[in-house]
Parts: sequence; structure tokens; C-alpha cells
Amino acid sequence: MESVDRLVVQEKTGAAEGVVALTLARPGGGRLPDWAPGAHVDLTLASGATRQYSLCGDRWDAHRYRVAVLRELDGRGGSAFVHDELAVGDTVGFGGPRNHFALVPSTRYLFVAGGIGITPLLPMVHQADLVGADWALLYGGRSRATMAFADELARHGDRVTVHPQDEGGLLPLASFLAGAGDDTVVYCCGPAPLLAAIEDATAHRPPHLLRTERFVAAELGAPVRDEPFVLELARTGATVTVGPELSVLEAARRAGATALSSCEQGTCGTCETPVLAGVPDHRDSILADHERAAGDCLFPCVSRSCTDRLVLDL
Amino acid sequence: MTATTTPPATPPATPPATVPALDVDPFSHETLEDPLPMQEALREAGPVVHLPRYDLFAVARYAEVRAALVDWQRFPSSAGVGMSNFRHEEPWRPPSLLLEADPPHHDAPRAVLSAILGPRALRRLTDRWFADAEDLVAGLLDGAGATVELDGMTALAEAFPLRVFPDAVGLPPEGREHLLPYGDHAFNAFGPSNDLVAKGAPRVGELSAWVASQCAREVLTDDGFGAAIWAASDRGDITPAQAPLIVRSLLTAGVDTTVHGLGAVLHGLATHPEAWATLRARPERARVAFDEAVRWQSPVQTFFRTADVDVPIGGTVVPADRKILMFLGAANRDPRHWADPDRFDLDRDPSGHVGYGMGLHQCVGQHVARLEGAALLTALARRVERLEPAAAPVRHHNNTMRAFASLPLRLHLDGVTGPSPGRGRGGRRGR
Repeated sequence: MESVDRLVVQEKTGAAEGVVALTLARPGGGRLPDWAPGAHVDLTLASGATRQYSLCGDRWDAHRYRVAVLRELDGRGGSAFVHDELAVGDTVGFGGPRNHFALVPSTRYLFVAGGIGITPLLPMVHQADLVGADWALLYGGRSRATMAFADELARHGDRVTVHPQDEGGLLPLASFLAGAGDDTVVYCCGPAPLLAAIEDATAHRPPHLLRTERFVAAELGAPVRDEPFVLELARTGATVTVGPELSVLEAARRAGATALSSCEQGTCGTCETPVLAGVPDHRDSILADHERAAGDCLFPCVSRSCTDRLVLDL
Repeated sequence: MTATTTPPATPPATPPATVPALDVDPFSHETLEDPLPMQEALREAGPVVHLPRYDLFAVARYAEVRAALVDWQRFPSSAGVGMSNFRHEEPWRPPSLLLEADPPHHDAPRAVLSAILGPRALRRLTDRWFADAEDLVAGLLDGAGATVELDGMTALAEAFPLRVFPDAVGLPPEGREHLLPYGDHAFNAFGPSNDLVAKGAPRVGELSAWVASQCAREVLTDDGFGAAIWAASDRGDITPAQAPLIVRSLLTAGVDTTVHGLGAVLHGLATHPEAWATLRARPERARVAFDEAVRWQSPVQTFFRTADVDVPIGGTVVPADRKILMFLGAANRDPRHWADPDRFDLDRDPSGHVGYGMGLHQCVGQHVARLEGAALLTALARRVERLEPAAAPVRHHNNTMRAFASLPLRLHLDGVTGPSPGRGRGGRRGR
């Protein structure tokens, strides 16, 4: 069976000054897990750092994901690696997709993007257009040259306002949001100061009408390992070494466990298994951040171990 | 069932010469009584088969069924998942926001319901349902003697879901007897407009009106799945107009399917004494037993999709706008995928069966069904030493479901592991 926890870089192209777009696929070309606008994937780059990137491609293409990566100014870690070293044909570790920023049904949307925060909003505006919603996008950035995907957005005409700071100053949030009624959901993704500004500007509105996602530069969680780890099945005491070519689920079955599963891509939830010791490396689409942090269960069809020993209630 | 509102955009194309044709009727009473010979014929005829009787394309092998199920992009559901093509025919009821919807409209209802019916959300029900199952079984077995004969359908497979599921949704006590006939008709309506659909037609208005009336916020308790759906509407995750239709999905798809899943596993265990012995020795296999029964009997036998474009599959092309019938039950017994597929076997790993579907539309209630199955089987395994058929089971014919009308069982009670005398309501032994 094809490895479910790695993706291969099919294309790498410049999307703007300091931004590269990656096209990712299964190494064997199989279907990728389904996703919806607002979803992100966890990519594990060399050095074991896991970073989250919003999916900004076409969900009707079941075989390719697109993400866009900004070179961060402090220049270390994941983004520099993606820009300087990652090449077409290389593989990266993969988890998800997960979605904490879903597009809720509405007849009217206002979208506000700051810089690389355009990435989750890009499929959202395509979808708003598809369902015939009334929508507008205000897209800010440092300068026009740094703003990715402005060309793709041009086809939406005057629904899209591209607002580079060096030409027009700060985003005119007040005037953009002026017409928002109780039928309008506002979506915003960008750096912390933009999110603070939009929270101020919408403070008088019901809170569920503002949906935000912060562009997080921080690296997350414990470092992921590529080295084999030992899986221990608590009910029988059996142990098995799990190398990179084997899923935890498959390893557990080889060690004699009965582990019911279904989708085997971290989506359906059937194989949820309690973790008794060790730190799981979560790759599923199901758990929220606080559930991941609890570390008390995992989905062995896709998830792995950050520690050299993982004990499961199997 | 349906009224043709517009003629098909194009006359039916002659199927490609490469597609074998098979003159079978999946919806005849003869087939519904025993679909297995037809399923084998379909699987052996080819990866894609044309059914001239209904001018349909069909897939019955595991690989093609699974491929069609997950490919929502090219085999969408919004044109209906029954024989009727909603692009040309008026549906008999407002379409489901889940089953009969595609992305993007499918996204929000699915996300909301997945969370409400997910394994972590169900943990709060686990202890209660296991206790309810013990209570149901005690009520049947206490003081009944060394052996008990009962109808496994009415006494167990129907009784348990009807006891726990409507409460979990938050329905009022009155009118719950409408749930099974409504579900039976809804699953018949996915098939052709045959006598089974006609049989249900006189009550459709009454049953639909009752179901619709149960979906309102003020009718539902404030702590069930229904209230959680309405809370999602308050949060703006779905619209207030969507909430009642999502509750309706629970009432349509959440009862009959589980009933016949339980019927399937009881039939499997009664006819395979070694499987019952395995379950007795290892009750933690109850969940696997339930899924093995869902594979083996496939309570939901079939669903349709509609080709959105010309779709290459199985060496041929299903033309755009044509219906494709996916035989989940046949895929679950495809010897290309399963060893000894006709055998109900608790030592088998049934993972990956398509009894709940697969992909974006995979049964959102599967964790609820498994929990009901595990609770009931665990309670029975504690009290029943041996289980056997008391008479031949009687099939119930439905255009979509493989079902039983009655399942006469004889239960030989355990003299050792029952509750201790004087403790609770299970004080008397069954001998």
C-alpha cells in the first residue's frame, strides 16, 4: 500500500516576491484526502519541523494539493528550507488536512487578507463565487510585488480590491466593512495586527459573524522523527519496530492486534486508539489542537510517534 | 413516486460495446429474497455491467465500487443516490443536505454532524447505552428459564435502537412508532417505482409530516443530537433553514440501518456457534463482530451516483448524466478482495468494507451504529451461553436494505456469569 504520510513535490514556482507555490501529490499518484476551503495541511520538512500551510488549490482536483510558502524574515527553519533547498521530486512528511477555519453557509461574505493570509481565502472566494453568494475581498500586502495570486483574482473584477501598503497605506477596514449586515460573515486571515484591527472594527457585531485565522510562523509540537520507533501493545505485551515504510496500524496488525479501521487516511475516526505512553505524532484530519495536545489517543492508520517508544491500548 | 418534469437532455446513448449486459432485476422479490447469485453474476460479468432492464450502469466488484464511492468529483450525489435522476425528475421529498448533496453545499452540514456523532462526542453515551443494553437483556431473560425463545428482530434488533437512539436525538416519546415505516419507505424510494414503493405511498404524507414536525427546535429536548444541531445553527456553522433537515437525516438514516445491522450480526452469531464462542471468550471483539456482519450482510445493499462527465471506469466509460448503481453488498463479498468472503468470521479483519460507504459521504452515524452493536452484543454475551436459530428467519424485502422481518432465536442462558442474586433487578437466574 502506498505510504499515506508523505507527499512528493511535483512543481515549485514563484508566486510573488518571497513566496513560492508548491504542488504536492501522493508518491504513487493516488487520490489525496478530501478538503474544504480553510483547511491546512501539516508538512514536516527536513530537520523534523512541522509547519502548517493552508491549501489554496482546487478541491475538484483529487490528486494534487497546492500550498504557498512565504520566506520569513528571520530566515531560519522551515520557510528558508522550502525556498532554498526543497526541490521538485523531494518528499515531505504530511498530516491532515484539518480545518479550523471552515466557510460557513451565508448569502454574503466579506474577505480580508493580509499578505500570505490570502492562501486560505483563495479557495473561499472561488467557492463563494460558485454558490452565487454576494462577496468582496480586500487584499493587503507590503507592496504589489509581494502579493501572491493577485493575477488569479483578477478575473473576479471589482469584487477584489488589491491594496498594497506602499501605494495606499493601511487597509481601509472601516469603509470596507461599512455595509456588513447581520447576513454578512467576515473572514480574515493575516498577521496579528490585522486580526486585532478587524476584531476592533467588528466588535459591535455578533461574534460568530467574524471568522479569523492567524498566520502562525511558529513551529509546532515536538519534533517529528524519521527513525524507527518501538510500538508496544499493552494488552499482549507484544512489541514491534515501526520503520518509516510501515503505518502504526499495519505494524500493530503484524504484531497480532485486532484494530478495526475503515478509511485508512485519518478521516473517518474508526481506528481511534488510546495512547498509554509515548508522545503521538498526529497526522489525522480529526483532532482539534487541544485534543492533539492531550496526547491520549491517536489514529494509527496515519499517525506515528515522536518518542522512541509508543504504548497503545491494543 | 416521482413525476417526470423534464425529459432527459439527451436520449439514452447505446452503451459502449465493451460493456457486458446482464438481464437481471436487482429489485425483484426473487432477488431481494436472495441477492447473492445475482451479485456473483454481476461481479463475474465484468468490472462495469449494463442492466438493460433499467438502462443503468452497475459496478459490483470491490475495486470499482470503492473507486466510484470516493469519486465525488465525477460521481456526484446531488442528482440523487437512488434510481431517480434529480436533474430530470422531481424528488419525492426535499433532498437531503447530506446524502443528496455535493461540496460545497455538503460541507457545513457534514462537518457539524460529524462532530456531533464522532467517537469523542459519543463517550458520554457509552456507559448509559451499555447499561441500557443490560437492562433490555435482563428484561427478556430474568426468570425466563434455562432457554428463551424470542424474535431477534422485534425483541432485540428493533427494541434496542428504538430504546436508545430517539432519546439520544431528543425526540418526545409520542409517535416513535413512525420511525421504522418512514425509514423503510425512504430506503424503498431509492429503487424503481415498484410495488414496494407503492405499498408505502399511502402513508408517505402522514409519516413525512410527523418526521418534519419532530425536527423543530421546540419539539426536541435540550441535551440531544437534535439540540446540538440547533446549537450549531446558533453559532452560524449552519443556517437555521438547514438545521431541521439535518435532524431529519438522523431520523431517516439512523434507525432502520442499525436495526438491520443488528439483525445481521444476530443472524451471523446464531448460525455460527464458533463465532459466538469467540465473542463470549473475547467480548472486546463485539465491535469487530458488528462490522463483520455489516460486511457479510451489508444492510445497505446499494446506492446510486450520477456521472457528471464521461467517466472512464473499469475499462469503459460511463457517459455523462447516466446513473451508476453501486452494489455495496457485492463488493463486500468480492473474492478479488476478501478471502472466503461468504463466511461470517470473527477472526477476519473486516476493515475497509464498504457497508457504510466510503469517502466524503461515508455513513456519518457509523460510530453510533458500532456503539449500539457493541453494547447489545456485550450484554448478550454476558448472559447467553449459546445462541441458535429457533426457526428459519423471514426476510423483509426493501429496495435498498437487506433486512429481516423476523429472526426466531433460541437463547441458552449461562448459569455462571449472570448478575448475583439480590443485586439489582437481575437477581433471579434464568434457570
